[in-house]
Amino acid sequence: MSSDGVNKERRRFLIATTSVVGAVGAGFASVPFIKSWTPSAKARSVGGPVEVNIGKLDYGQLLKVQWRGQTIGILRRTPQMLEDLNEVVEKLRDPDSEDSEQPLYANNANRAIRPEFLVVNMHCTHLGCVPQIIPQVGPQPYDETWMGGFYCPCHKSKFDMAGRVYKAVPAPTNLRIPPYSFLDDQTLILGVNPEGAI
Amino acid sequence: MGKPASSLARQAVGFMTWIDKRLPVTAFWNEHLAKYYAPKNFNFWYYMGSLALFALVVQFVTGILLTMHYKPSAAEAFASVEYIMRDVDWGWLIRYMHSSGASFFFIFIYLHMFRSILYGSHRKPRELLWVFGMVIYLLLMAEAFFGYILPWGQMSYWGAQVIINLFGAIPKIGEPLTEWIRGDYFISDATLNRFFALHVIAVPIALLGLVVLHLAALHETGSNNPDGIEIKETIGEDGIPLDGIPFHPYYTVKDIFGVSVFMTIFAFVIFFWPEAGGLFLEPDNFVPANPLVTPEHIKPVWYFTPYYAILKAVPDKLMGVILMGLSVMVLFFLPWLDRSPVKSIRYKGAWYKILVFTFAIAFVRLGMLGMAEGTPAQTIEMRIWTFVYFSFFILLFFLSKGSKNKPVPKRVTH
Repeated sequence: MSSDGVNKERRRFLIATTSVVGAVGAGFASVPFIKSWTPSAKARSVGGPVEVNIGKLDYGQLLKVQWRGQTIGILRRTPQMLEDLNEVVEKLRDPDSEDSEQPLYANNANRAIRPEFLVVNMHCTHLGCVPQIIPQVGPQPYDETWMGGFYCPCHKSKFDMAGRVYKAVPAPTNLRIPPYSFLDDQTLILGVNPEGAI
Repeated sequence: MGKPASSLARQAVGFMTWIDKRLPVTAFWNEHLAKYYAPKNFNFWYYMGSLALFALVVQFVTGILLTMHYKPSAAEAFASVEYIMRDVDWGWLIRYMHSSGASFFFIFIYLHMFRSILYGSHRKPRELLWVFGMVIYLLLMAEAFFGYILPWGQMSYWGAQVIINLFGAIPKIGEPLTEWIRGDYFISDATLNRFFALHVIAVPIALLGLVVLHLAALHETGSNNPDGIEIKETIGEDGIPLDGIPFHPYYTVKDIFGVSVFMTIFAFVIFFWPEAGGLFLEPDNFVPANPLVTPEHIKPVWYFTPYYAILKAVPDKLMGVILMGLSVMVLFFLPWLDRSPVKSIRYKGAWYKILVFTFAIAFVRLGMLGMAEGTPAQTIEMRIWTFVYFSFFILLFFLSKGSKNKPVPKRVTH
């Protein structure tokens, strides 16, 4: 084929513009493929509030329930446990929960609406394992002066009885507090803020 | 070639001529096997490549058979694996071949990579060959990770939880990214189903493609050898490297022998030691996945533990993830980090022997610590070996340039 009279500039321009339009088209066409990976409508709709009966919960007892696929712990703390919270403050990374995730109404010294009941997302803020509750006060293999709290078996993160993270462990922030409120003395509802709360 | 003796042989030649005019089968056979010249001084380390390829074939065959009985749903997965183990004829054999085959695959790949470090097989002109190999290694890790989720046991579930949450450490996009990977707000049926798709379709196809690239790149440059010299630089009168021998039949026979020895060991493991004391199949994975309870002692399968130890050694989430990622990624740059004029450890000074030796110890020790309980003393040890691991690459870069080496021979030694 003769290449006489070929306008090279025009040809380059056409190749470049066609490629750009093609690439943009491919970009848009990939959106459905990428979006298909996000949680489906079914998965999104399953996240409704969960009612929990706490009437039978004893002091020191931890009740685990599932809410939006997360393990939520409800711990009824003894007065002693609440008192011990002050003992560990200097060993904590974020004692006032300034960098941690909790609703405003649970952003207080006990991290709870009713001090007795700690409602906490049990998933470690490091990599999502569920820490064990170790309520005993006394020396543990991972802490000589253990005051009771949560201990993550995966990567040795430690939290106190309010889910506040210790210093020098992999977890960066305190355990998360989910939105919750009390329907009455016996019933707690997960996923619903107290009336009037922001 | 002499004249074909019989009419049958004549017909065979005729048939091949017919084929070759339409598809270059004979040319391909010659280029990559019968007239592909490999150095004649290969040693034990040179079994690993062909064994890895064999392991890949085993995984493909057994994997396809397993998909015929496995159910990729959170409700049925665990039971379907037990069904394969108990009710499917020979199902236990196929599953054990697949589960321990994965571990052997990694043994071969690690030894194969270590061979490169010993003899400088990643050095110029084989940098791309090494990069393709590294991509294969990454894909293999992804493949193994996805595969480990499928039985839907406790370790499957919590292993996935930890690994996926590693991406959550990325600032800003971390949380949405993990949600996108899981396809749900937690590890669920959606996650299992998509990991199944990735495990049986996406990653295997990518793996196959890369193996083709890896071999194409290998056959372009030719194999390195324990002396780390280029046999193509000493060509005989017939145009064939003097130190080269045709891959077929010499090395095909050698590799078949290697495969036979491996199959003997493989059979022993499958029949008598399929769990390898918890190394190949972990006890916690015989318990169905339970999102409410994390196993007491969670750890990945052995081939991930060196990197896992590096993650655990760092008391900071983001830094730990970065350092762990770095520990894998730094391997990509090995061909450029080693600036020594000599390739093989045989002709490098003592510095290289010491470096490689400590690096190997660090890797193995990290692997052991990665599966340990994690006492404070072990954490300190993990930090020390993490430091040693990374110093290897830094020291290699600085020591390799001006170091003293032994004279390199022109011809291979054996």
